[in-house]
Amino acid sequence: MLKTSLRTAVLAFSLAVAGGFAASAEVVYHRGNIADPETLDQHKTSTVYEANILRDLYEGLTAHNAKAEVVPGVAESWTVSDDGTVYTFKLREDAKWSNGDPVVAGDFVFSLRRIMTPETGAKYANILYPVKNAETINKGEALPETMGVKAIDDRTLEITLESPTPYFLELLTHQTGLPVHPASVTKHGKDFVRPENIVSNGAYILKEFVPNSHVKAAKNPNYHGAADVKIDTVFYYPTEDHSAALRRFQAGELHSNGDAPADQAKLMRETLGDKFRVAPYLGSYYYAVNMSKKPFDDLRVRRALSMAIDREYLAREIWSDGMVAGYSFVPPGTGNYNDPAFADYKDMSMIDREEEAAKLLAEAGFGPDKPLKLEIRYNTSDDHKRTAVAIADMWKPLGVEVSLLNTDTKTHYAHLRDKGDFDVARAGWIGDYSDPQTFLFMVESDNDGFNYANYNNPDYDTLMDEAAVEIDLDKRANLLKKAEELFMRDLPFIPLLYYGSRALVSDKLVGWEDNIQHIHPTRFMSIKE
Amino acid sequence: MLSYVARRFFGAVPTLFIIVTVAFFLIRVAPGGPFDLERPLEAKVMENLNRIYQLDKPLWHQYLLYLESLLRGDLGPSFYFRDFSVSELFARGLPISIQLGCAALLLALLVGGLLGVIAALRQNRGTDVAVMATATFGITVPNFVVAPLLTLLFAIWLGWLPAGGWGDGALANKILPILTLALPQIAIIARLTRGSMIEMLRANHIRTARANGLPGYVVVGVHALRGALLPVVSYLGPAAAALLTGSVVIETIFGIPGVGRYFVQGALNRDYTLVMGTVIMIALFIIVFNLIVDLLYAVLDPRVRYD
Repeated sequence: MLKTSLRTAVLAFSLAVAGGFAASAEVVYHRGNIADPETLDQHKTSTVYEANILRDLYEGLTAHNAKAEVVPGVAESWTVSDDGTVYTFKLREDAKWSNGDPVVAGDFVFSLRRIMTPETGAKYANILYPVKNAETINKGEALPETMGVKAIDDRTLEITLESPTPYFLELLTHQTGLPVHPASVTKHGKDFVRPENIVSNGAYILKEFVPNSHVKAAKNPNYHGAADVKIDTVFYYPTEDHSAALRRFQAGELHSNGDAPADQAKLMRETLGDKFRVAPYLGSYYYAVNMSKKPFDDLRVRRALSMAIDREYLAREIWSDGMVAGYSFVPPGTGNYNDPAFADYKDMSMIDREEEAAKLLAEAGFGPDKPLKLEIRYNTSDDHKRTAVAIADMWKPLGVEVSLLNTDTKTHYAHLRDKGDFDVARAGWIGDYSDPQTFLFMVESDNDGFNYANYNNPDYDTLMDEAAVEIDLDKRANLLKKAEELFMRDLPFIPLLYYGSRALVSDKLVGWEDNIQHIHPTRFMSIKE
Repeated sequence: MLSYVARRFFGAVPTLFIIVTVAFFLIRVAPGGPFDLERPLEAKVMENLNRIYQLDKPLWHQYLLYLESLLRGDLGPSFYFRDFSVSELFARGLPISIQLGCAALLLALLVGGLLGVIAALRQNRGTDVAVMATATFGITVPNFVVAPLLTLLFAIWLGWLPAGGWGDGALANKILPILTLALPQIAIIARLTRGSMIEMLRANHIRTARANGLPGYVVVGVHALRGALLPVVSYLGPAAAALLTGSVVIETIFGIPGVGRYFVQGALNRDYTLVMGTVIMIALFIIVFNLIVDLLYAVLDPRVRYD
């Protein structure tokens, strides 16, 4: 009797020890993700916070590697027709859903049809409008079955496009291109995203989603690359307060955070060294000028305003080098492009620029005795305010009298989109994919939603249309460059800064590569003790 | 007594109704809607979203629909947290906010009350000055300053406590948020207690009690304190309602999944149902706590009767 109970005790003890070891061997990654996802339904999402999680949970036809380069995902290879409009994807044989089902071509057909179906209410469906008939389906003018996507067999998928789209493979890495598991969606409806229902095909599976606390995901043993996935569990925290996130990082509670407080850049450089990362980011910070209003329809006025802005000062003093002085609308380093079209006064000294700006304004009929009165609208934020105040100060010597008006983000953008009255308005744009088109399309004359400036230049539109059907990448880049040259001449938007991405990355976290899209898939990372 | 409580509850129904009505129309005045993004939506998609969430109907019709679902006890779906309903969000967050709020309240009452009594007994002496100076400091320094300082001290320099996160409700994760919540309350309660205690110590019945030879601690701890607590109790009603429904600052800084953030988040995101839900929740808390205060008055002050 004693023997057995002793044996049980020993067994229990050794189990406990083994259990203890197993627990300590679990590799956990604590990741600051800035905000909560609005939803984990890939077809309803719109934010980068959701993208960061969904990228780990699912795998699309193509995917991003640690450097944000496009690499094969579920598709192991593909061919493109000569005219650039038909893509034929060969799917991997070992691609599986987390419940063991194989990932088949039909899943992608189901998913692409689902996101375009108007009833889904997909906020970002227009990302995939290059797919044939996608736009008409999304607008409710055609049936989902008419979409240019076809399963030839379980492992062959054919996607037909409206026109050649050189960034299409990159588009497929966007969260809107991720597949859903058709059976789960059919069975659970909108609740398929719940941890107890979700079936995903990426490196991780969703375990918990507690709003304002965390999202927890665990390694998916059915993932084809599971052998190479080193992190077992990921916690994504909505670290909205950057300073609080910094303290949690300093206390060792976070391995990384996707942002850092700009106003503490100097302190972070001193105390954290290269754990504080700043990298160029695919985004532009700009002021839109209302071209349908006098005197802002006058090119001389817009040019004078743009020339008189000391962008280096903004980048250095206002943004603590977390942003870079911007002299073009498309940020340097954007894919399928060479050097952007820089403003011709980029290398002029500030004094010469101010002089010429004053001259231009005088020609337009303004000066110290007849001041140009204008209002800068911006969405409420300390950084935007300090930027606007600095710019108002730079414009003052020209005889420009600036008043400031701030509203919350929703009001701000709703006002611009609904063509409300304004003179000059702040806006920022982060490219959805690494291609100049994602920037330059904003001021096409028929772009109601984004063309805040009411820019209407038929030559610009023609160049953009020509670029949209051009297959030759070099020729296309040239067309887009010509369009950007027009943009920089006409200045519907005054580019101010290129965004920089800030991040806090612990020494323990291996495999975090700074890149222009600020994309960091967990499956390429590991944690050293 | 019971009939008094019942009367008060029925009396609260019109108040709630007015609050719901005003809040419903007020939030709709704000420009922009729940589905406005920087990248504008396709008209058809917007139309569908509006239909799914019944935003395509005239406003008065939406209002009636909302009242109807309220009567069924349904607070509607959240427009922002699209995988959750408002009730689900509250069911998860409210217990956490209540837990922290109660702990902070209890701490504030004990420490604040004690400090107040001590200060009153040592009126105009060193201890009194020290307590009141600390209290004034406690009231004037806002919690968004206190919280980072506490984390710097306890989490980063000393490394005793976590700097943030909920940790599934681990005690260590609760200490700093509770402390931050309690500090200004301690200060206010100490000041209130001191003031009324000083007044009470000069009252006739206290003089009588002393004359009758009752021991000092009974005079102070039972007879004086009881009366001195009345202003504290009336302050605690609304204060408790505010504490138990969470604090946006504390929750954001410490990363706590309570309900305090929803009001601000909901308003900024134009999450109409979430804002409405929060308004109703806070209103209910205030109504209930005001009632509790009134009932406590009867217990503490023999002159007050509700029958």
